[in-house]
Amino acid sequence: MSIKQNPRLAGWGQRPAQLPDFRNLGVVLRTLLLVNAFAIAAVFVRNTDLSLLVGEVLEMAVNVEFPLILNVASLFLMQTLLRRLPFGAGVATVLAVVATIALVSRSLLSPIETGGLLRPLLWSLTTAGCVLTYFHQRDSARAPALAEARLLALTARIRPHFLFNSLNGVLGVLRSNPRRAEEGLEELADLFRALMQDNRELVPLTDEIALCERYLNLERLRLGERLQVAWQRDPQAEAALVPPLMLQPLIENAVYHGIEPGAGPGTVSITIERRGPEVIIAIANPLLDAVSHHPGNRMALDNIRERLMLFYDLEATLDTERDADAYRVRIRLPFRSER
Amino acid sequence: MSDTADFAPLAVLIVDDEAPARERLRDVLGDIADTQPTRIAGTAANGVEALALLEHETVDLILTDIRMPVMDGVELARHVGRLERGPAVIFTTAYDEYAVRAFELAAVDYLLKPVRAARLAEALAKARRIRPPADEILRQMAPTRRSHFSINERGRILLVPVGEVLYLKAEQKYVVARSREREFLLDESLVQLEEEFPERFLRIHRNCLIARNAVKGVARATTGMDGESHWVIIVDGLAEQLPVSRRQWPAVKEALGV
Repeated sequence: MSIKQNPRLAGWGQRPAQLPDFRNLGVVLRTLLLVNAFAIAAVFVRNTDLSLLVGEVLEMAVNVEFPLILNVASLFLMQTLLRRLPFGAGVATVLAVVATIALVSRSLLSPIETGGLLRPLLWSLTTAGCVLTYFHQRDSARAPALAEARLLALTARIRPHFLFNSLNGVLGVLRSNPRRAEEGLEELADLFRALMQDNRELVPLTDEIALCERYLNLERLRLGERLQVAWQRDPQAEAALVPPLMLQPLIENAVYHGIEPGAGPGTVSITIERRGPEVIIAIANPLLDAVSHHPGNRMALDNIRERLMLFYDLEATLDTERDADAYRVRIRLPFRSER
Repeated sequence: MSDTADFAPLAVLIVDDEAPARERLRDVLGDIADTQPTRIAGTAANGVEALALLEHETVDLILTDIRMPVMDGVELARHVGRLERGPAVIFTTAYDEYAVRAFELAAVDYLLKPVRAARLAEALAKARRIRPPADEILRQMAPTRRSHFSINERGRILLVPVGEVLYLKAEQKYVVARSREREFLLDESLVQLEEEFPERFLRIHRNCLIARNAVKGVARATTGMDGESHWVIIVDGLAEQLPVSRRQWPAVKEALGV
């Protein structure tokens, strides 16, 4: 199918540079790790007498951890402002914050020896520069990976099985129920439009839900009463921004493995809820064949897991579980309502 | 087959789990009725329903989907192939790379859904000559194991769900399949059955396979003239005990964890 051959990926590398998201858990953890690694390396380099090492590490910790925590907290609070600044101004602001905190904390920690202000100032700025460079490099190295993930997403997305069966279903009702056939084709068009869109930006969860409803309606054309759906929605969660095409493939999996192999009616249940700073999405389907370790299923899950990682780093998770009669997929992601 | 039979309408059985897909085939068969007269002998939603219908309907041709619940199309063709003058079988599939490749290799007739009128007419034109493919070919092609054993009783097909069979015992030309209620004679070899269902049946003797979930326990028993004792399997729900051969005992012991 031609949707595999999207040539627009080439321009992807020229995306404007961005500061890291200082509210992202992964960014915070990486910053803490990097700065501490620098500090410990510095102690080792300076150390001449091993017996003094423990004392020197402790002294370093006092001097480094306090301003470091202050920095991380300030940047966390300033995130909304930093996001709006152009990259250059953003970097300058971050460095200014770091310099201010270095000076303030130095004078708070050891107010007597005021002479040594220059050294901690330079150390802070150099470290901050290194950390920013690291995130910048990481970001640009990941950009092609993101494009790659998108490609993967496209190829894994619509099963040919689904496309041809849907077309056959539409043809099957065309003479007896032309209105239903029209609807079916409209739903198919909507699904394909969503697939061919630029899928690099987060989209509102409401849009994803609407897409899934269209998809399920199309499946109902073929499967009739066999497909039962139980939605449990939470208006508070629906303003959240989520990766595009995250929900639909999971529901498609649920139908393919939980409904199609069964002769009688089965229920796919979809639960969406907001829990404080997080959105929880759970999809369950009846467990029909014991051999459900379908490679196709695994691929779709890996694909979505990878995209969650690219969008949220460590803050989102995807888990699966099976009990005696059901298979469940559960996604946990941070609630975010602005880009 | 007489000459006039070639001009009588072909009795067609349509098998698909999706109602619109059955509807579509019925429509297209109607469209080409002028050149290829047919009569719909029935429609079924899966293999088991189709076989039930075959018991009291005369059918010349089965058009069957492959992926269906309860019993898929390939297994249906395997059971139909046991009938002496069974109907011809043509598979229909929306998209199944694996099956299509197998069909090509085995030169089995198949139609791609959505089915085009011209292609269907072509298939009907030679339908009277299409026998179900050899069991060997279907066995290699089947992406899944059979869900049922079939017994050919006086031209009818009797189905026994594989899950109901407690043990299989080779006796001269046949294999006896024992369910809780009765015994059936299968026209198959024990070796082939062991190969097809390795997870379900366990070999306990040169002439016997037991369903793993039918094992209630093991015991020592003394039989025969020599008075030697050996291990036997206590079968769940049956009074009968099945001897385990000395040669199989280590493997049985490990498989059952006793």
